Amino acid sequence: MSALSLVVRDSNTMLRRNLLHARRYPSLTLNLLLTPVMMLLLFVYIFGDVMSAGIGGGADRSEYIAYIVPGILMLTIGSTVIGAAVSVSTDMSEGIIARFRTMAIHRGSVLIGHVVGSVLQVLISLVIVGGVAAAIGFRSTDATALEWLAAFGLLALFALALTWIAVGMGLASPNAEAASNMAMPLILLPLISSAFIPADTMPGWFQPIAEYQPFTPAIETLRGLLLGTEIGHNGWLAVAWCVGLSALGYFWSKSLFERDPK
Amino acid sequence: MPSSVMPMSRKGEDGPPPAAISAVGLRKSFGDKTVLDGIDLHIPTGSVFALLGPNGAGKTTAVKILSTLITADAGELRVGGHDVATDPQAVRAAIGVTGQFSAVDGLITGEENMLLMADLQHLPRQEGRRMAAELLERFDLTDAAKKPASTYSGGMKRRLDLAMTLVGDPRIIFLDEPTTGLDPRSRHNMWQIIRELLADGVTVFLTTQYLEEADELADRIAVLNNGKIAAEGSAEELKRLIPGGHVRLRFTDPAVYHTAVAALREANRDDDALALRIPSDATQRELRSLLDWLDAAGIEADELSVHTPDLDDVFFALTGGTDKHKETAR
Repeated sequence: MSALSLVVRDSNTMLRRNLLHARRYPSLTLNLLLTPVMMLLLFVYIFGDVMSAGIGGGADRSEYIAYIVPGILMLTIGSTVIGAAVSVSTDMSEGIIARFRTMAIHRGSVLIGHVVGSVLQVLISLVIVGGVAAAIGFRSTDATALEWLAAFGLLALFALALTWIAVGMGLASPNAEAASNMAMPLILLPLISSAFIPADTMPGWFQPIAEYQPFTPAIETLRGLLLGTEIGHNGWLAVAWCVGLSALGYFWSKSLFERDPK
Repeated sequence: MPSSVMPMSRKGEDGPPPAAISAVGLRKSFGDKTVLDGIDLHIPTGSVFALLGPNGAGKTTAVKILSTLITADAGELRVGGHDVATDPQAVRAAIGVTGQFSAVDGLITGEENMLLMADLQHLPRQEGRRMAAELLERFDLTDAAKKPASTYSGGMKRRLDLAMTLVGDPRIIFLDEPTTGLDPRSRHNMWQIIRELLADGVTVFLTTQYLEEADELADRIAVLNNGKIAAEGSAEELKRLIPGGHVRLRFTDPAVYHTAVAALREANRDDDALALRIPSDATQRELRSLLDWLDAAGIEADELSVHTPDLDDVFFALTGGTDKHKETAR
């Protein structure tokens, strides 16, 4: 069997194992899905009037719904990949991983299976959260088919990047609790991005924090694609963040996984 | 030995059969704690080798290294004819490992665990299903096949674990404490399974802390203590290493005890327990003459027991465990 077909075959086997886990025990995924849905409903229906006025929108909250949905979608990615950190960490404490390490399989397939499984879970979560957003009135303004495609591409790429980081966090943590704590920034970062309010309305000293982090350019790009706002340099910045974080997470995870297990 | 010499010695017709597992100068430390301090092993193909030792002796570390799970600090290691350091993937293709801690996926069913192994061994779908069903049947797990492995009892988990190891039909199997924590019936079942493996010509590397187990199963036994092989040989050879059996007399009355001590000068004394140990092969004839002599001397012990040497004696003698045989030998 060629090296490539070995990678594909073993990774596919590992992916099926992870999807089986997710299907049998959906509670973790569902819990993580609750956060973005709650946030969406909270900001729209409880804080919505003030927020809407704040961004110069009308009394009906539709403009604010349009404003925060791209941010909520990115936050969905951040919250769902926490599940990847937790399940990788749990998995590593299981004897079966030691068994995998003593088998003549592709070494990285365990991690690839987790990554692809997590990205698929993120995509399903995005469809659900997107469905809720559409149900409460979110509509894109004149997005072309190409722009929709780019939006999906961006979401998938961002999911891949954060998943690799989360997998690294899972491998670096001694247990599930530690993994969940370590992955907290992935859901905190969108709260201090331009997800809920524009970065230029924040205090001056804080603006760099909101600006120089992965979520803001990704959210701004998604907004531009779905709502026709100005994208500017954010597009390239978002892609650069995704590629950079993917590479960082990949090499970090790989080096952690190749250490001698305890 | 330079590796270029290896093929030559294998071609030699009178040379020893190629080893399934061999180690020369195996060393491993964790931090400043030396766990394996220069171990040599030579395990012929088709034999059962037992690595025996107390907790913490380094048994599991040896298995982890030889099964490519962790790397050695030093040593020339070959498994299935492949160098463990330079060609671990070839070693992995030749071996199966059942670790001390259950290596099953508890979240999925027994059958799914088996099919997972079949897929990872790259068996065609049909053959994988057939093999999984066959092994589940053989290990008496067919009824539980559709239940999550986390609901299995200890013995069932261990059987599933071993069944998973056998999916790829490995020729060399590592069993790290395969019966630790099992009840007697499950333990005997496991022994039977291991014997069947042997009948198939599989080489088994076994670790255990039970002497009975090594005695039952192994062709050769090595006693590991403090990172070194304290002794190696067949069970019989090991038993010959320690002095023969003895008869133990125990008394409750110190006065009677001291009379006996005075009469039996060659016996080993244990003043704390008021007991005497008389070296003896414990044959019927020898026992009768000993009893006659005790009667003649008017000594009546409150308790008399006969000890023949077993692997326990070897084990305690070699690993310095003294609690069981505390004696004031003077």
